[in-house]
Amino acid sequence: MKKVSVSFTLNGHLVTAEVPPNWTLLKTLREYFELTGSKEGCGVGECGACTVIIDEDAINSCIYPILEVEGKSVTTIEGVASEDGTLHPLQKAFLENNGVQCGFCTSGMIMSAKALLNHNPDPTEDEIRASIAGNLCRCTGYVQIVESIEKATDMIKQEK
Amino acid sequence: MNKFDYLMPISISEAISLHKNYGDQAQYIAGGTDVMVKIKEGKINPQFVISLRHIQDLDHIVYEKGQLTIGALVTHRMLELSPTIRKEFPILIDAVENIGSVQIRNVATIGGNIVNAVPSADSAVPLITLGAEVRTIGPKGKRAMALEDFFVGPGKTLLKDGEILVEFVIPKLPSHTGAAYWKHTRRAAMELPILGVAVLISFDDDMQTCTEAKIGLGVVAPTPMRAKNAEAILKGKKVDDEILKKAGKAAAQECKARDSIRGKAWYRKDMVELFVQRMAIVAMKRAR
Repeated sequence: MKKVSVSFTLNGHLVTAEVPPNWTLLKTLREYFELTGSKEGCGVGECGACTVIIDEDAINSCIYPILEVEGKSVTTIEGVASEDGTLHPLQKAFLENNGVQCGFCTSGMIMSAKALLNHNPDPTEDEIRASIAGNLCRCTGYVQIVESIEKATDMIKQEK
Repeated sequence: MNKFDYLMPISISEAISLHKNYGDQAQYIAGGTDVMVKIKEGKINPQFVISLRHIQDLDHIVYEKGQLTIGALVTHRMLELSPTIRKEFPILIDAVENIGSVQIRNVATIGGNIVNAVPSADSAVPLITLGAEVRTIGPKGKRAMALEDFFVGPGKTLLKDGEILVEFVIPKLPSHTGAAYWKHTRRAAMELPILGVAVLISFDDDMQTCTEAKIGLGVVAPTPMRAKNAEAILKGKKVDDEILKKAGKAAAQECKARDSIRGKAWYRKDMVELFVQRMAIVAMKRAR
């Protein structure tokens, strides 16, 4: 099939992909850029494992047409840590508070939490739960995940 | 997934002419949270997917002289975060806050939700109750119609081939009006409702006599419906618990609830009876 060209900012770097026009953002991330941190769970926008941030907002990349990212800024789990490898407080908090069990939902959880903190640096527990309502954890480790996001929020506040 | 070309017109006329060129092989897409899933699941196989997202001026929320206009490309998240909607139309917040997830609401559009026309569309019932009109532009020009008449069956609307829904207009509500919506589900997020109930009540200056009542029901018929018998019971009366109970019973009787995987008909009727009363109470609080 013929390919189309799409340019956007990916984790802070300007990139161009040549992919078929029916590809989704997730497929492009995983198969063109080989960034496999974003996962395909359900593939229909229900489980949140594919969550990435476009500009400031969380979206399901598995149902996001690739051509719609032209000119936008995409952040994936690979772009959450600093370039020198220093982990983001969310990543540290997930590691330290058992926010990760099998790990399949983790990148999506962290991206949803990061989008929440972009808009709301001091969320309540209810707001945290609402922000990850579209992210399923089949290990059902939700309590530790919510605690991890709370701890990360505290860390970020202390840094400031 | 089937192969398709993805086209991004920047005007309505361009979109319509592309649709005309490709006919049966064309499919409009807005946020894509339904269309992409249908394509992935093989339910539709368009050769040309025509994105409406780059058409200018379809994502407005304008509140002027009491009239609210919502562009078809407004996302559920934009409604949820709009201070005007929260203050003046909390019934819409009741509906959109619990649609899908943040990820879905960030992209899914109000126009798309309506055009998709599933009996469980959460935004349809409150919009009908608010008396919304839909405006469309198609190959044969502009049209306007009541949203209530727009739905003709599950997945079916009055939209003609190539026609695009462009905006919703909600007329100025009478003073002393309140409205509320209840999405009845097992969990709030990522769930289709077992049923949806919206109630709008307007009071006379005495704040007791009901001058206008509109009751919208979702999922309990092939399309979102009005419970007009129940509305008639409330109109012109001083609203008390007894009248509300009668209205609830009437709504349960006139709805066409059936058994499905999400709920039995008898349960749905019971819940219609209950939530018509409860939403009327919330609506009355908001009116005062």
